[in-house]
Amino acid sequence: MMRYLIPLIAFMVLAIFLMVGLTLNPRQVPSPLIDKPAPQFQLSQLHEPQKIMSSDDNLGKVWMLNVWASWCVSCRDEHPLLVQLAKSGIVPIYGLNYKDERDTALQWLKRYGDPYTISIIDADGKVGINYGVYGVPETYVIDKKGIIRHKQIGPVTVDSLEKTILPLIKELQSQA
Amino acid sequence: MTHLFNSTKTFVFVFFVLLFLISSTGWSKEAVPVAEDPAIEKRMLDLTMNLRCLVCQNEPISDSRADFSNDIRREIRQQIKANKTDDEIVQFLVDRYGDFILYDPPIKLTTMLLWFGPVLLFVAALGSLFVYLKRRRVQIDEVSLSQDELKEAEALLNEDKKGKNE
Repeated sequence: MMRYLIPLIAFMVLAIFLMVGLTLNPRQVPSPLIDKPAPQFQLSQLHEPQKIMSSDDNLGKVWMLNVWASWCVSCRDEHPLLVQLAKSGIVPIYGLNYKDERDTALQWLKRYGDPYTISIIDADGKVGINYGVYGVPETYVIDKKGIIRHKQIGPVTVDSLEKTILPLIKELQSQA
Repeated sequence: MTHLFNSTKTFVFVFFVLLFLISSTGWSKEAVPVAEDPAIEKRMLDLTMNLRCLVCQNEPISDSRADFSNDIRREIRQQIKANKTDDEIVQFLVDRYGDFILYDPPIKLTTMLLWFGPVLLFVAALGSLFVYLKRRRVQIDEVSLSQDELKEAEALLNEDKKGKNE
């Protein structure tokens, strides 16, 4: 009996491991920045380039930083959701316009709607590197103390919004 | 042509070797934008050879033509110019992208299984082999031969030896 059972059990263990492996997404690299202070930046605003926005401006409130670009195709997928979220007024969304041209970026916002309280320009992607951006769109949830609490790699979906992001934001907002 | 290449086979072979050489140089040129300083470029390439491009995950940053790798290469060049050490540069990237960017993961608690798993498996396999062999020895009965049987066996063996010598 044992001589048949042992290979069967070994096979099942292997199968379970492989099955779990199938559900993982190799593109989702865990960010080392979670629970670390959000990297500082001072960047020109997209709409009024003479104005500078600093990451410190948002201390004391929970906010989302969404990395987007007009050349980014899957940004279009998540965009209606962001517009809706912005309208609800639950959380301010700031846009990091990543390696983009100002004119096309402005046009893009005009066409698809502008959910961003402020968009800032990261033309050479330097701030992007500091945030560990490697695939646009990416979205960060940053708490009142300026700590990154969540990073969404790839487009925000209804599922990720309802299950992860919104409950987290609610919890963070209730904190002092 | 026939003087240069003994047969069409060698000609075809040399032709393909040349073809590969040409195409491979073409690739490396596109992947690596030329920098002003070859020393910096060499250090950058040595560093990025062991770093993973996060967009095209099976390529090192040194070989990748992805935008991401381009940016990282530029960043590393700037940091080399700013007199940062290799360790500082790698740490800079690990702080932002995590250990995943390293092809050579550091030894720590979460990577113990990765590093020592194979050794563990080997020891376990060796152990079970040992146990198996020991058990089998108990199962096999030692058959003792009689005086006649021994003689017969010896005769057979000798016959075999003779046969080989002939």
